[in-house]
Amino acid sequence: MHHVVLDQWSRGSSPLHRRDPRAKIISLLVLLIVLATATRGLPLLAVSFAGILCAVAVWARVPLGGVLSRAMLVLPFTLVFAAASWIGGDPARGAALVLKAYVSALGALVVVSTTPLPMLLRGVEMLGAPRFLLMVAQFLYRYLFVISEQAQHMRKAAAARGGSFRSAAGALAILFARSYEQAGDIHRAMLARGFQGRFQPLSTPHFHKADVVFLLLGSTAPIVVRAALEQFV
Amino acid sequence: MAPVVEVRGLNYRYEDGTIALRGVDFRLNAGESVALLGPNGSGKTTFILHLNGLLWGDGDVVVCGLRLDKSSAPMVRRKMGMVFQDSETQLFMPTVIDDVSFGPLNAGVDAHQAAERALAALERVGMSAAAARAPYHLSAGEKKRVAIAGVLAMEPEILVLDEPTTFLDPPAQRELQSLLSGLPQAKLVVTHDLRFADALCSRAAFFREGKIVAEGTVAELMRRFEWD
Repeated sequence: MHHVVLDQWSRGSSPLHRRDPRAKIISLLVLLIVLATATRGLPLLAVSFAGILCAVAVWARVPLGGVLSRAMLVLPFTLVFAAASWIGGDPARGAALVLKAYVSALGALVVVSTTPLPMLLRGVEMLGAPRFLLMVAQFLYRYLFVISEQAQHMRKAAAARGGSFRSAAGALAILFARSYEQAGDIHRAMLARGFQGRFQPLSTPHFHKADVVFLLLGSTAPIVVRAALEQFV
Repeated sequence: MAPVVEVRGLNYRYEDGTIALRGVDFRLNAGESVALLGPNGSGKTTFILHLNGLLWGDGDVVVCGLRLDKSSAPMVRRKMGMVFQDSETQLFMPTVIDDVSFGPLNAGVDAHQAAERALAALERVGMSAAAARAPYHLSAGEKKRVAIAGVLAMEPEILVLDEPTTFLDPPAQRELQSLLSGLPQAKLVVTHDLRFADALCSRAAFFREGKIVAEGTVAELMRRFEWD
């Protein structure tokens, strides 16, 4: 499971792991916006950003090969649209799409693999994201593994009885029903321990001097790099 | 001995019309451990879900002197720790320490104290080393221990356990029995595991078709209902 690996990476102890999640999220947003709005000298800009992100991953002691390969997960989706642009006579747009998507995924992965999920969600909440959406994200993250395991058990059970596609589709409906029932059980377990509609955080991130420095560097670096490259190109 | 749970004339009907409880009377005394036995579908789990207001039927439920209603339910839930059959549904937070401190934080305990309580509860169940781990990395026995730590951190006066030995291998069952025997709280245990019930509980109640039809020791009920 990808999220299990990312969870392990996110619990490291590098200086980047210790930074306030808000500083990392804002820096990432700046990078994504600067990249998404770039048109001139895009290949060079994308390579520069990828280089910076790789250096940051190495600094954070996150396995570089693992991050680079996982970022490729976005490629099947973007390649479809890139191919459509290519066929439509605009190969440059297709190539730009692939580059932007890959480097954006790389940036997101570097942040996710250096910030434990509860802290990441807490940071996003403190930046004003709707709490309801964050709760959904947290439960999805927690129970994806459980549901996936149940699906594997059901697939094996179907295979043991010579299961076909028809029975697999039926299994999907059962999996949905089970997940729905499980959601009810989880809600009861939450109520039993006094849940009143809001998660109380065990720890709250605090901004330190190092976070301010990181935020300044992280949010200005993409702008400076792009401005410099646009002068050069 | 003063009762910590007193139930009088409890009735409950599910939305589909199935009658689950028919006038249940029950009493649990301080420090006592009672097993709830009976066939599947006889109303045992439905009954315990009424004790802290997770289901609402007709009848009186009094917990530690508090008559259970919508306004007293939050206080009753602090006094009664409930361990569910499937630990997977009980451990819903991303890490063990987040999960165990969930109850104290909801009770208004500040974060520092909640973390201390959580660590003390984990220590008590022998799971201190797992504090930073994600629940899906734990074995079934470890998950059960963490689920128990989650309710112990709330410092309840009563523990209610639904099929606590399910998914546990025999050594883990023995460890759980030893752990529970050492806890001072009154305990109510829904179980089909008669050896476990006999070792832990001084009294048992037998459910059939939504009613308690007999009370006695586990051994007596086993003989009377040929329940082994």
